[in-house]
Amino acid sequence: MKNPFSKKPKKPKKPLTVDQKISRRNFISFSSFIVLSGAAYGGWKWLYNSPEEVAGITAGARKPLRRALNKTELAVRQLFSNNNLVKTYPKEMAAKNVRHNSDIGSEGQIDVAVWSLQVKKQSGEVLKISLDEIKALPKTDIIYDFKCVEGWDQISHWGGVKFSDFISHYKLDDQTQLEYVGMETPDKEYYVGIDMPSAMHPQTLLAYEVNEMPLPAKHGAPLRLIIPVKYGIKNLKRIGSISFSNTRPRDYWAEQGYDYYSGL
Amino acid sequence: MKVIKEKHPLAMRWTHWVNFPILTIMIWSGMLIYWANDEYKITLFGHTYFSFFPEWFYKTLHLSHRLAEGMAFHFLFMWFFALNGILYVLYTMISGEWRELVPQKKSFKEAWLVLLHDLHIRKMAPPQNKYNAAQRIAYTAIIVMGFGSLITGLAIYKPVQFYYLTWFCGGYHFARILHFALTIGYVLFFVIHIVQVILAGWNNFRSVISGFEVVNEKPQPIIEPTPPSDEKPIQ
Repeated sequence: MKNPFSKKPKKPKKPLTVDQKISRRNFISFSSFIVLSGAAYGGWKWLYNSPEEVAGITAGARKPLRRALNKTELAVRQLFSNNNLVKTYPKEMAAKNVRHNSDIGSEGQIDVAVWSLQVKKQSGEVLKISLDEIKALPKTDIIYDFKCVEGWDQISHWGGVKFSDFISHYKLDDQTQLEYVGMETPDKEYYVGIDMPSAMHPQTLLAYEVNEMPLPAKHGAPLRLIIPVKYGIKNLKRIGSISFSNTRPRDYWAEQGYDYYSGL
Repeated sequence: MKVIKEKHPLAMRWTHWVNFPILTIMIWSGMLIYWANDEYKITLFGHTYFSFFPEWFYKTLHLSHRLAEGMAFHFLFMWFFALNGILYVLYTMISGEWRELVPQKKSFKEAWLVLLHDLHIRKMAPPQNKYNAAQRIAYTAIIVMGFGSLITGLAIYKPVQFYYLTWFCGGYHFARILHFALTIGYVLFFVIHIVQVILAGWNNFRSVISGFEVVNEKPQPIIEPTPPSDEKPIQ
């Protein structure tokens, strides 16, 4: 078919010689290669030098990378299910010498007799719960591979009350309609925010024992969070208060450039 | 006479060159992560030969105290790494290119001859199509390794949600070692790859950018001469 738009018939072109074809194709492919490499390099420079996010609930990451972390969270949250359980091990496999990384918010000793857990409801009502009251609830043990964001992992044995059992016992079910749980140490030096599905996961514990002994100070006496679906950074030691909200509660490591979700 | 011989399809060239910077970023950000718990070493009979990595290495490349940053980069570029790899594999399967790539029965024997030839120990290399036996093995292995990185990566990224992958990789701890070992494998591949590309020369290198090679072919006679000569046309 003739092209109706071409007005005059083109002169028959001389066929290109092999050398002309070679240099033409080389020119096209190499110039595209150089332009695209330049663009890729520019894109990388842009990302690498992109400004840090405005400090808020999250801080310390490059703006586009924080955006990517938050978008990725939406994707990986789709994978989450209460049927997906962390692998558990026989008791003998638990480490005798449980690794300890940090004391932020749980330095020194604490007077357990004076300590009480404050549960702050959305209504403003505050429950004060003693350790004995918590110990009276049904106990759950878990022996699993604790995973640190740094890269190490260790099989350890924890005992306490399931967070979901704790919720139903204290009739906090309405609070679980909210999206997040926030936990802070008594001195408010360390704090974490946990999405509700992860908090209500059947393996999430408010733990008061390690290797069947009361928690020592360095492991978060008298009560700590053990949440196998999160990295260690979310496993807050020495819980002082628990609150519920629809917005992300403040989170110590999310303020230092780490992913807020940090789920496993 | 010079003749243009098509060699690498556009899809192969694209995915090859897209993969190069992405894999570089993945390895670099992986090292930022690895620094935080650098416990892998090569120990034989109680003697440590090498510890990943010496202090000067971290220092020179500024890899220390950058865990959060490393994770943020790693968990963004993993998507591109996976996507690019999947596109390449799909292309290779659909186009039929895999026939040129996947090792054949004879490849494993032939690869040895190729190696001897490359080391100038043997004069003749076995006849080949697009890729020689050693290339078939190397270029297929690197794809298997990429797939391995993806699987072991997912196994340590979401060990609870992907518990079956973690189980398949021998548990969280072992999956992490595999993930690391594969990365060392890429670096070794890279070194050999670069040496080979330099030795193979410009015509070969250009074909991965422009897609073609220039070969000298004897002009074909219009009428076949009756007595066939012993010489084969040089390819």
